[in-house]
Amino acid sequence: MIKSNPIKIIHPVRCDNLDLIKTIENTAVELMRLAVTRLPQDVKEALQRAYRREDSKIGRIVLKAILDNIELAEKRKSPLCQDTGLIIFYAKAGSNFGLSNDISKALTNAVKRATVEIPLRSNIVDPISRKNTGDNTGIGIPHINWECVAGDFLELTVLPKGAGSENMSALAMFKPTEGLNAIKKFVVDTVIHAGGKPCPPTIVGVGIGGSADISLALSKKALLRPINQPHREKKIAKLEQELLKAINASGIGPMGLGGRNTSLGVNIEYEYCHLASLPVGVDIQCWCARRATARIHKDGLVEMLTKKGDA
Amino acid sequence: MTAYKITTPISERDARKLRIGDIVYVSGTIVAMRDRAHQRALEYHKQGKPIPVKIKDAAIYHCGPLAKKKGGKWEVLAAGPTTSMRIEAFEAELIEKLGARMIIGKGGMGASTAKAMVKYGAVYCDFPGGAAVLAALAVKKIVDIKWRDLGLPDALWVLEVEDFGPLTVTIDSHGKNLRDQVMERALKKQTENLNA
Repeated sequence: MIKSNPIKIIHPVRCDNLDLIKTIENTAVELMRLAVTRLPQDVKEALQRAYRREDSKIGRIVLKAILDNIELAEKRKSPLCQDTGLIIFYAKAGSNFGLSNDISKALTNAVKRATVEIPLRSNIVDPISRKNTGDNTGIGIPHINWECVAGDFLELTVLPKGAGSENMSALAMFKPTEGLNAIKKFVVDTVIHAGGKPCPPTIVGVGIGGSADISLALSKKALLRPINQPHREKKIAKLEQELLKAINASGIGPMGLGGRNTSLGVNIEYEYCHLASLPVGVDIQCWCARRATARIHKDGLVEMLTKKGDA
Repeated sequence: MTAYKITTPISERDARKLRIGDIVYVSGTIVAMRDRAHQRALEYHKQGKPIPVKIKDAAIYHCGPLAKKKGGKWEVLAAGPTTSMRIEAFEAELIEKLGARMIIGKGGMGASTAKAMVKYGAVYCDFPGGAAVLAALAVKKIVDIKWRDLGLPDALWVLEVEDFGPLTVTIDSHGKNLRDQVMERALKKQTENLNA
């Protein structure tokens, strides 16, 4: 049932186009299109499983509507949700790939194009005047998280993040002596008190360690990992399962209307921290957990790493 | 748990018939408006300025649709609900002063809205969050888009719908709130687990 690694489909996107920057822009548009119209296979399977296991009547009605919606969006090539999110990119730039400043410009252009071509809802406003820019870009947006890696490729992931779930994010700065129990209670409390607002069944991203900002960045990065892939370290993987079990025992259920399925998965990422701190960040993702990844090689070849999911 | 098909405008009598857990499908006209359109409607009402749509006995939908212009006309592609709690500060007044009868959204609402619902006979229903294509397919026509200066998602959309649902009644006019019951059980269970 569970597919571990996404199938790699190697195909050039407009291979006649030798302009690498244009290829990056085109690929980013296609990634946004793929992300907002089709859910990743691991999320889709988890939702199907949730529907089979749900025993609350209203919970089943809600999950059925969600599954129908996924099918309709795929068929009609239409965005799954009207909130096509704030566009966040994760860019792994190979040391021999270059072009970093041009990449930023290409991604901004891609967001403007995607807004018209897919389309995306115009979601981005000035935080003070609240004036909508109309094209989903603005100061700092799209946000790009850079990571330098060895190689001659650029790996690009798009994470369109809806506000309903993002508004439920939380940060705690614990005393180190409060330890693991405080972390567990904080994560479960955050998810329970969010109730139906982040559109459960959710995926819960948890970031432990670093500093305040780092723990929150880790909690969002945790959402990039497929939920059928446990953390590489056994003790963390065990903690993920324990938290998931505690969250689902709450009975908050789909859309907070009661039931067994409050979350589909808990993903944890951690880094070391200062001896006097214990930062914990929580970033909740709605059931409509959109993400898509591609790798662009220096010669212009594009590998779509997110499978173009089959129904 | 009873299933109803309801046509707008909705009378107080119809609204009072509904109980938490009931499933409803709405046909007729719904008004999609988010926090800023609520804020403006109440400001205009206070200043005696006309509001471009009738709120009395209407179904208000917390939603900012995603639409595409096709041949000069807007077409709704995705129209799921937005988080209703952002509108909590305005909804009781919209029910009291302007007579809104059914509020549709997601995530639930707070005590002030629930109180107004008991007093004036209104209900809150959930549309499954994120099921936006399903919602868009129930929209038969965009009747009007007003207050576009707020930006399209925040504008006031008048939509003609057919069998819009499934809606779950989660706050009724009898003082019951389905989500509060779920939350109460969840917190009780958590306390038990922590004490175990």
